[in-house]
Amino acid sequence: MDMKTAKKKLGLKEKYRLLTRDLGWEPTYQNKDEIYPYTKYEGIKIHDWDKWEDPFRLTMDSYWKYQAEKERKFYAIIDAHAQNNGHLHITDARYLSALKIFLQAISPGEYAAGKGFARMGREFPGVGTQVACQMQAIDEIRHAQTQIHALSNYNKFYNGFHGFADARDRMWYCSLPRSFFDDAMSAGPFEFMIAIGFSFEYVLTNLLFVPFMSGAAYNGDMATVTFGFSAQSDEARHMTLGLECIKFMLEQDPANLPIVQNWIDKWFWRGFRLLGVVGTMMDYMLPKRVMSWREAFEIYGIENGGALFKDLARYGIRPPKGWDDAGKALDHMSHQFMLALYQYNFGTTFHSWIPSEDDMAWLSKKYPTTFDKYYRPRWEHLKKLKEAGTPFHNMGLAKLCQTCQIPTVFTEPDDPTRLTQREVDYQGEKYHFCSEGCQHIFENEPEKYVEAWLPMPQLFQEPINGDLAAWMEWVSLVPGKDNGDFDGSEDQKNFDAWRDLAKSNQ
Amino acid sequence: MSTVFIALQANEDTRPIIDAIVIDNPDCTVNRQPAMVKIDAPGSLTVRRDTIEEQLGRAYDLQELNVNLITLSGNVEEDEDTLTLRWNS
Repeated sequence: MDMKTAKKKLGLKEKYRLLTRDLGWEPTYQNKDEIYPYTKYEGIKIHDWDKWEDPFRLTMDSYWKYQAEKERKFYAIIDAHAQNNGHLHITDARYLSALKIFLQAISPGEYAAGKGFARMGREFPGVGTQVACQMQAIDEIRHAQTQIHALSNYNKFYNGFHGFADARDRMWYCSLPRSFFDDAMSAGPFEFMIAIGFSFEYVLTNLLFVPFMSGAAYNGDMATVTFGFSAQSDEARHMTLGLECIKFMLEQDPANLPIVQNWIDKWFWRGFRLLGVVGTMMDYMLPKRVMSWREAFEIYGIENGGALFKDLARYGIRPPKGWDDAGKALDHMSHQFMLALYQYNFGTTFHSWIPSEDDMAWLSKKYPTTFDKYYRPRWEHLKKLKEAGTPFHNMGLAKLCQTCQIPTVFTEPDDPTRLTQREVDYQGEKYHFCSEGCQHIFENEPEKYVEAWLPMPQLFQEPINGDLAAWMEWVSLVPGKDNGDFDGSEDQKNFDAWRDLAKSNQ
Repeated sequence: MSTVFIALQANEDTRPIIDAIVIDNPDCTVNRQPAMVKIDAPGSLTVRRDTIEEQLGRAYDLQELNVNLITLSGNVEEDEDTLTLRWNS
């Protein structure tokens, strides 16, 4: 009988090789180009897929183990939230507007990213990439599910959470993130990796999931903090995958540089526009704030993004085209977006409001060169109108940017008193843009963007035919309940009444 | 020199990990924020399994970091004993 010997444990690198690279095989009766038909048409040249480095050597067995651990922690918090009336522990019901936007605009994006990565896992020929994309696809589906599940606890008590899937496809401010993901998913696999792996994961998710989620903790919402941080720990792997993909393309062939740079320019700007809504959530919708949007962008955008571009400079990459314009927009974007949400608040499924004196004092401290000069006077004017019983509603239809699909409410980078309006004539039609960045993106691929579905023209087509009430029904918006000013809303009244009940035994 | 960083959830699991990171990276700066801790370091930052095990008093698999990790920046190099974040500039 043989002696039993202790089996030598596999080293991380060896285990990783066996559980990933060892899954790859050479096809014998099919041509590789036919198996992977999309890897060449974007013009990216790859000579050796084995040169792909896998910095996070996570294999499927470890992946399930650690994800299961995260799920256990997450569901412990969700259970606690449901059992201890967690919906009354938030600072103020104004905070819920940020969550509603998150659920309508961001969670469906997670689902879209899941579909995208499932496709990329199939379309990239390299085994390392296939495994990483497979894990990311599962991650993204998990993010959508945990977010919807966590926020369903608020849906039991508050308005505006119920129709998020319809809002995603039909609501005007949701067309901003929807068009971002549709654009990425209808691109080739390498562009998709720049769009999501670089722009969304590396530049965006830090801002979305780190300071905003830390703010959610300050506002008493542990359920959101937990899904946010649980998702974000996956993002650390995703960012690494995105960065690895950029480096891989640049190392494989010098001819890839101009293509990659063009995508970085495009997707940085698309990502920055998408972030406008996050800035507004941070600056206006967290009753208790951790840091301003400007401060967060300085840390995660300028410092972190700047370090990335310095690192990539050795390949010839320069900071994206819109980098300077983004810097100039920092002091204005969240204020301009919140003013837009306020004046169109009858057409949203969340509440907006005029900032209180306390809010405005904080905003002028955080935005010392712009808030008092440009934005406080507007809020003061809106306040007077409201007090006079004639609150301002903009019943006109916003002109939308053909690229990012946001209303053209932003100003010139060097003149905050002048709205940016750009036009391009293409095949006899006029197209409008909110910025130079969006105009350039259109001009590079006009055939793609003329196909865009925009919510404003839809209003005049079947089945709405310009009827505002019919539109509200179509987007699952209950007027007078889901929308309008926070003051006097059902959400405000219920939250205050329930909080009073929680403090008394009468 | 560019800054790299790692951010972890602020909880009982991460207290010894943060202590270990500070021991191994004396130039780092620890920023404590609501529910999270962000550790910045100039140029590079290394997380060592050995030091975490000493702080924790038990065996530790570096991939356990995935459970409480929030975010990081820099190029990642990982093996059984270390996880290093580094900018090449």
